[in-house]
Amino acid sequence: MTRSSRRLVSFVAAATVATTLAACGGGDSGGGGGGGGGSEENEASDVGITEDTIKLGAHYPLTGVAAPGYSEIPTGVQAYFDFVNANGGVNGRQIEFTYRDDAYNPTNTSQIVNQLVLEDEVFAIMGGLGTPTHNAVTDFLNSEGVPDLFVASGSRLWDDPEEKPYTFGWQPDYEIEGKIIGQYVAENFPDAKVGLFLQGDDFGEDGAAGARQFLEDQIVEEQTYVPGNTDVRPQISALQAAGADLVLGFNVPSYTALSQLTALQLGYDPQWFYSNVGSDPALVGALLARFSEGQVSDASLLDGVLTTEYIPGVDTPDNPWTQLWQRAWEESGQEGELTNFRAYGMSQAYTMVQALQSAGQNPTRDDLVAAVEQAGSEWEGPGFAPFRYSEDKHAGYSGMLVSRITGTTAEDLTPVLVTDNGDAEIEELDREATTPPESGVPDEEPIN
Amino acid sequence: MSDLQTPASSPTAGAATSDAPSTATAASNASSAQAAGGRTFLPRNTLLRHLLVLVLCAVGAVVLLETTDLGFNAQVGYVAFYAIAAGGLTVLTGLNGQISLGHGALMAVGAYTTALLLDAEEPLPLVVVFLAAVALTSLVGAIVGVAAARLHGPYLAGATLALAVGLPGLALYYRSFLGGEQGLTVSSPDRPEWFTDVIRSLSGGSPSGVKWIAYISVACLLITYFLLANLMRSRVGRTWRAVRDQEVAAELAGIDLGRWRVLAFVVSAAAAGLAGAVLALVVRLTAPTGFTIVLSLSLLTAIVIGGLGSLLGALIGAALLVFLPRVLRDAGESLDMDAAQAAEISYVVYGVILVLVMLFAPAGLVGSIRLAWMKQRARRAAGGTTR
Repeated sequence: MTRSSRRLVSFVAAATVATTLAACGGGDSGGGGGGGGGSEENEASDVGITEDTIKLGAHYPLTGVAAPGYSEIPTGVQAYFDFVNANGGVNGRQIEFTYRDDAYNPTNTSQIVNQLVLEDEVFAIMGGLGTPTHNAVTDFLNSEGVPDLFVASGSRLWDDPEEKPYTFGWQPDYEIEGKIIGQYVAENFPDAKVGLFLQGDDFGEDGAAGARQFLEDQIVEEQTYVPGNTDVRPQISALQAAGADLVLGFNVPSYTALSQLTALQLGYDPQWFYSNVGSDPALVGALLARFSEGQVSDASLLDGVLTTEYIPGVDTPDNPWTQLWQRAWEESGQEGELTNFRAYGMSQAYTMVQALQSAGQNPTRDDLVAAVEQAGSEWEGPGFAPFRYSEDKHAGYSGMLVSRITGTTAEDLTPVLVTDNGDAEIEELDREATTPPESGVPDEEPIN
Repeated sequence: MSDLQTPASSPTAGAATSDAPSTATAASNASSAQAAGGRTFLPRNTLLRHLLVLVLCAVGAVVLLETTDLGFNAQVGYVAFYAIAAGGLTVLTGLNGQISLGHGALMAVGAYTTALLLDAEEPLPLVVVFLAAVALTSLVGAIVGVAAARLHGPYLAGATLALAVGLPGLALYYRSFLGGEQGLTVSSPDRPEWFTDVIRSLSGGSPSGVKWIAYISVACLLITYFLLANLMRSRVGRTWRAVRDQEVAAELAGIDLGRWRVLAFVVSAAAAGLAGAVLALVVRLTAPTGFTIVLSLSLLTAIVIGGLGSLLGALIGAALLVFLPRVLRDAGESLDMDAAQAAEISYVVYGVILVLVMLFAPAGLVGSIRLAWMKQRARRAAGGTTR
């Protein structure tokens, strides 16, 4: 019933588009078309889009073990969408952002994404968080033709345009992060004996594979932990016994805290190098305080630790992007302070607005996907490096820089380094640092 | 007419036994025919009666799936796999008095079997895949059951808890085979031609993959409940109750306690295996994070809230597992909470409901209604004789 009436609506909509186009046919040559101008009217061009709204959906762990930190991301996304809505929305449409809790359980993820797509009828899913969780829904979203943009995980599963034409990654994948880290260590610590501390899944595996391209001869020990097992003493002692004086950690924040505390207990003091995921000083500091029952009260243990960055965060309060996030966060009036997780959410929301603008005034779901493929690599946003999007590549940011944590801020050690999967060269990015537009809202040209 | 069938249900019989049947398992004791009262329209023969109910439920399910939208169809799949697993667990706990905190792990066995078999180049027919999942899980259940039959109370809970915690870890150790943390994606089986034709002629709606999976799930649920209901009303079910209520008396009557306990575990595991197979289809992924201890515990809460030992109770409990968090979350959001608060509040309210049921309706929803109904009937009968 609803289905057939929806079909009727889309038929009527298509017919209206056709007649409007025909009517405008004469005027178009007059040159009014550019800049998403107002000659066309807004229409309900696909599921989840009305004349004045666009509905987007997402899944995050708001409860359970993965909730600390990650549950802040959607509040950042919401804050930036509120900011855009207050400034007129996208093509006059207000963005409605619906996000739900999956407690980091794939069974729940598939259930709530079913609900978002079939009942709430969202236009697209964005920023779905987690590798196992999101892996449960990519098949469904691709078979239903729902754009699945900017998955919040660095797994390489999302870059598969053949099998998953509607799915796009966003952050730099773990392999190119491993490569950049590996090269930095090989160049700056050529005599170091390197130990690897890895999460036992594709995160650790891809990261290690990237790092091994440069460090094969320097690696003296590789240790893996199973997420959920909180005793990492065997792994850390094995690294110590092997004489590793530089440890690369591809791990999540709670294991940064656990590895630091365990090393402290064992009197083991190598140079630590944590990948971007595991290095948020504020969260690690809070976790250190909790795990040590107050004996370690802040992130001072992380002083001097090396890490990578690919978007500006709260450690650089003078960065114009951070200032924009700060402004949007304050205007949204939500509780709490701007954190790196909220900045991450806002950066994703910014990319989403760029994608919607590029998709044109009355986009279909396929238009949105085409917009990311065609225009995505040109977008200038908060990311240090450009995206790698194209018709045969659905991977996100192409690079990052290496930095050193000092207190609550970080000091950049390298320029932005860009590369690609496999044995692609690592190069310095030849681009000025981007700044946000005056209004704080992107202004992308439609692709068609 | 059927008082003879249900010795435990009359108050006098209950008083005659010293420490058993507790009210907690009241839901499992009344026969399904008796529930219709003296003037029943259902046949007396158990098999015929269950067949009739099965057909009625099947018709009802088709009507339900065809009159609701796809979103609801999708939810039905979730209710189905929770209900199948809860049905198996309610046989084990309600009828045989054994507790299991490891049914989530048994579901994982069924789910991974299904995922691996469907991943083949030329996948076997779905029925064969499901039977293989059931068979393998039954085997695991038999092994666990042999250990479980020797254990009681907290020791049994502990042993099965170890299963729930340990088994999903295997997927992490055998990464290349079982997919590790990110899990195995399950390819959806193709829907056959006849299904498309039937749905078109039935309601004119387009038969999507979601609908096909919903029908498979409901079919599995109905078949499982039909088989379990027959088993519960048979000699097997009576023996299980005897083992549960009076070990000594049962042993004196020639019942080998251990063997019957293992059998109960195997039947229960088979149901969990099928539930896992359905879960694999519905969720389209099997990953260790989907089979944590939380899954096992939520199955247990489902059968406790619904009423131990009652299949209807298990179904109600499963439906609550799927729909209650949604309802609570939507209620929370309509009270202007943000999504995170609404998600948290739904757990709190769920916990409160569980505590309230334990306090005020220890026999669960179905058990309490049945108890109240039996009390009233007894009072009426007593009133009749004194007058």
